[in-house]
Amino acid sequence: MTAAISSPERVRPPWWHRLPVLQQLRQSVGLQRGMLVAGLVITAVFVIVAIFAPLIAPYGYNQLRGPDGLFGAQQPPSADHLLGTTVGGYDVLSRVVWGAQTALLVIIVAILLSVFLGIALGLLAGYIGGWFDRITIVIADAIYAFPSLLLAIVAAIVISGGQSSLWGGILAAAISITVVFIPQYLRVVRAEVLRVKSEAFVESAKVVGASNGRIMFRHVLRNSTRTLPLIITLNSSEAILTLAGLGFLGFGIEPSAAAEWGYDLNKSLSDVTSGIWWTSIFPGVAIVLVVLGITLIGESLNDLADPRLRARRKPAQTPAQAVAAEQPVAREEMGDVY
Amino acid sequence: MGASETAVDIRELRISFDTDGGTVQAVRGVDLQVAPGEVLAVVGESGSGKTVTARSILRLLPETASVSGAVLVGAEDVVTLDAGRLRQLRGTKAAMIFQEPSTALNPVYTVGWQIAEGLRAHGSYSKKQARAHAIDMLRKVGIPEPERRIDDYPHQFSGGQKQRIVIAMALALDASVLIADEPTTALDVTVQAEILELLRRCRDEFGTAIVLITHNMGVVADLADRVAVMYRGEIVETAPVRELFAAPRHEYTKRLLAAVPRVELTERAVPASAAAEAVVEAQGLEIEYPGRFGRKPFRAVHDVDLRIGAGEVVGLVGESGSGKTTIGRAIAGLAPVTGGSLRVLGTEMRGVKERQFRPRRRELGFVFQDPATSFNPLLTIAECVAEPLIVHGAASSAAEARGRVDELLDAVQLGGAYGDRYPHELSGGQRQRASLARALALDPKLLIADEPTSALDVSVQARVLELFEELQERFGFASLFITHDLAVVDRVAHRVVVLHRGEIAEEGSTAQVLGTPHDPYTRRLLASLPVPDPVEQARRRAELAALHGDAG
Repeated sequence: MTAAISSPERVRPPWWHRLPVLQQLRQSVGLQRGMLVAGLVITAVFVIVAIFAPLIAPYGYNQLRGPDGLFGAQQPPSADHLLGTTVGGYDVLSRVVWGAQTALLVIIVAILLSVFLGIALGLLAGYIGGWFDRITIVIADAIYAFPSLLLAIVAAIVISGGQSSLWGGILAAAISITVVFIPQYLRVVRAEVLRVKSEAFVESAKVVGASNGRIMFRHVLRNSTRTLPLIITLNSSEAILTLAGLGFLGFGIEPSAAAEWGYDLNKSLSDVTSGIWWTSIFPGVAIVLVVLGITLIGESLNDLADPRLRARRKPAQTPAQAVAAEQPVAREEMGDVY
Repeated sequence: MGASETAVDIRELRISFDTDGGTVQAVRGVDLQVAPGEVLAVVGESGSGKTVTARSILRLLPETASVSGAVLVGAEDVVTLDAGRLRQLRGTKAAMIFQEPSTALNPVYTVGWQIAEGLRAHGSYSKKQARAHAIDMLRKVGIPEPERRIDDYPHQFSGGQKQRIVIAMALALDASVLIADEPTTALDVTVQAEILELLRRCRDEFGTAIVLITHNMGVVADLADRVAVMYRGEIVETAPVRELFAAPRHEYTKRLLAAVPRVELTERAVPASAAAEAVVEAQGLEIEYPGRFGRKPFRAVHDVDLRIGAGEVVGLVGESGSGKTTIGRAIAGLAPVTGGSLRVLGTEMRGVKERQFRPRRRELGFVFQDPATSFNPLLTIAECVAEPLIVHGAASSAAEARGRVDELLDAVQLGGAYGDRYPHELSGGQRQRASLARALALDPKLLIADEPTSALDVSVQARVLELFEELQERFGFASLFITHDLAVVDRVAHRVVVLHRGEIAEEGSTAQVLGTPHDPYTRRLLASLPVPDPVEQARRRAELAALHGDAG
C-alpha cells in the first residue's frame, strides 16, 4: 500500500524527446547512430539548399544570359560557372540547386496527399471490413501489379496532358507518385488497424458504449501509426527516384518552368560520349546523395524500431551508473507488495 | 552434500540486461544447488529473476544479457563453455520444458520427427532406432497408442498431451537436469494434476533433477522437495518444502504464503434484493460460433439457465473451452446469442441491435483479463477512466470529469496523481485496479469480471480480490465473476455455477458447491486443485488417485 501513499510524482521527459526521429536518435548507439546521423545531415543540407535556393544559386534556373551576354552551351567549369553549363546553355550549379527545391516540393505534396488518403482508406477498410475492405484491397493489389514508373507516366499524361508549368509539373509528378503510394499506406495502416481492433482496450470502449467514430479516431487511429515515419522516409526517396525517372523519360518539367535533375540528366546523355562530364555528374550525384540520405534515415529508423535489431549501450561504465543499475527499475511494481 | 553429488551448482550468479532504460540487474548473487533426483522449486513474483536464473543453466539467455559467476552442470561451467560444447550439453545433460506447449512444438513436423530431432543432433541413430526410441519415450510419458500417434502433428493432440510430448523430448536423451518453466500454467487444473504426476514419476523412475519455476504455491506443495524463494533477483530463503510451509522464516515468504487464496468455504448471505429483481436472466441460452465453410458451427454454450439477482455475485467456474468467457461476452453484447433467451438489464439480447442496447451500457461494467492490453496506451489513466463518463454524456471532456475520476481512483486506492500516468507506467495490479475504477465509473448495476486476477501475481491478486469485495459491499452491484480458480471464487461469490463443455454441471451456494459437490466433474475439479500445504496435498493426492480409480 506504500505506493498509494508515497508520492508518485516523477519527471516526465520533455516533449521533444518523444518526437519520432529525435527519440530514435537518442536511443541509437554505434554504427546505427552513425547511419542515422549521416542520413540526417545529408537530408538537412538538402532541405536547407532547397529552401534557400534563391539565395544560394548564382543564377536563375532558366537564366541563359548574364551581363556579358549568353553563357554559351557546354562550357567547362570556370570562375563564372563553377560547374560549367549544359547543352541548353544553363548554369549547371544553379540547375542543381534549384532542382533541390523542385524535388522537395514534389516530396511534400506527394507525401501529404498519399498519407492522408492512404490512412483514411486504411482505417475505414480495416475497421469496417466487409465488402468495402475487399474492394479497396483488390484495387490496391491491382495498382501494386503495375510497374510504378509506368503508372506514373500514365498519371502524368492524364493529369497534365504532357504540359509542364512549375506547379502543373510538380502536381503531375506528385499525384502520379501518390497513386503508387496510397496502396502502401493503405496496406500498412489496415494491418495495424486489424491488429489494434482486436485489442482489449477497443473491446472495452465497445462495452462502455462508445460510438464507432469515437472508437475509430480516439482509440484505433492513434495506435496504428507507429510505422508511418519509416514508410514516409522510404517513400520520400522513392518519390525522388520516380520524379527523376519521369524527367529522364521526358514527362518532367520544362527547363523554363523549373529545374529538374532527371530532365538535365536526359539532356546530358549525348554529352557523356563526347567527354563532357560536368553536365551529367552533378545532377546524378545530387539524386544519389538525397536518396542515400533519406534511405539512411529510413533504414536506421527501421532497425531502431525493432528491438531485435537495435544495439544497446553496454553495461554501466561509471560508478554512478553502476549504482543506478543496482536499483531495480521495477521498484514501482513493489508498491503492490505492501 | 559433496560437490560431486550435485546435479546443478550455481555460485554467485549475476545476470544483467542492457535495456533502453539502462542496465538492469535481474539476478544479483544467487547460490543454488540441486541434487540428483530432487525437485527444487524456484518461486517468486514476475520480475524476481526466477526464470532467468533457471534459464542460465542452459545459457538460454538473450544477447543483451551479461553473466558472471559460475553455473556448474555436472562438472562443467556453463558460463564459460564454448558454443560447440554448450550445444552438446543442451539436451544430454540438461533439458527444458516450456510454459506453453502449443508454441514449443513446431506445427509442420510430426511429433515423432521432433523427438528424433534431438537424437539426431546428439549421436548417430538410424531412422529405425530413432523411431523406436521416440515411440518408447511417448509410451513412457503416457501417450496412448504411441505406435500410431507418433506420426501425428502437434495440433492433433490436446494441450496436456502436447506438454507430455514436450517432456518426452526433454527426456529423450536422458538429461540429468530438467528445467520446467511454469510447466502447468497454461493448462487446466485437471490436466495440471496429470502433468505434475508425470513429473513426479520422472524424478522417481529416472532420478532426474528438476528445477521447477512456478508462482503457484499449490504446485510447489504438490511436487517440490525443496523451495528457493526469490525476491528482486536474490534468494531470500531456501528450505525443504514442509519446513517452508510450516514455518517460513523470511518476511517476504510469510507475506507470499499469506496471500495465497485457499478454499475456506466462506458462507455469504445472498442480499435480499437478489430474489426480487434479476439483472441477468438466461433460459436455454445457446451460443454458436459459425464454423468454416461447409463445417458445422461450433456450439460454445448449450442450454444454460442462469440468473443473477440484483446485488448478487455469481462465480462462473470452468476449464478452458467450457464457454464461461463466451457467456460473459454475450451478456456484454460482444458475442451474439443464437438460441434461447438472454435478458440483460431488461433487454433481450437475442438479435438485439447495438443501437438499442447502447443506452443500457451505462449500467454495465466490464473488467478484462489482461490489464496490460485493456487500456489505450496513448491515453492517461484519468482519460481512460473518464471515457465512459464522456461517452454517456456525464461529462463533456476528460478535464471536466476529473473530479469524479479522482473520486473513483481513490475508491480503488490509486491516489489522484496516478491519473496523470500512462498505463505502461503502472504495474499489473495497479492497472487492474484502474480497470475496476473504469468499470464502476457510471455506478453500474452489473459488473462482468472476466478472469480479472489470473494475469496477476499472488500477492497482487489478493489485494485486487480484497478491493473487489470491499467495492461490492459499498456499491452493491451485481456481478458475474468468471474464473478458473476455485479458491478465487470462494473469496468473492455468493453463488457458484460450474460449467463443463458449454453446459452447467452444478450450481448452488458457494459453500455447498465447494464443500459438498454432487457432480462428479465438480468433485474432480476440486480434487485436482493443489492446496498450498504439502502435508494436506499429499493426502489429497491419494484421494484423487482413488477418484480416478473409481472412474476407471
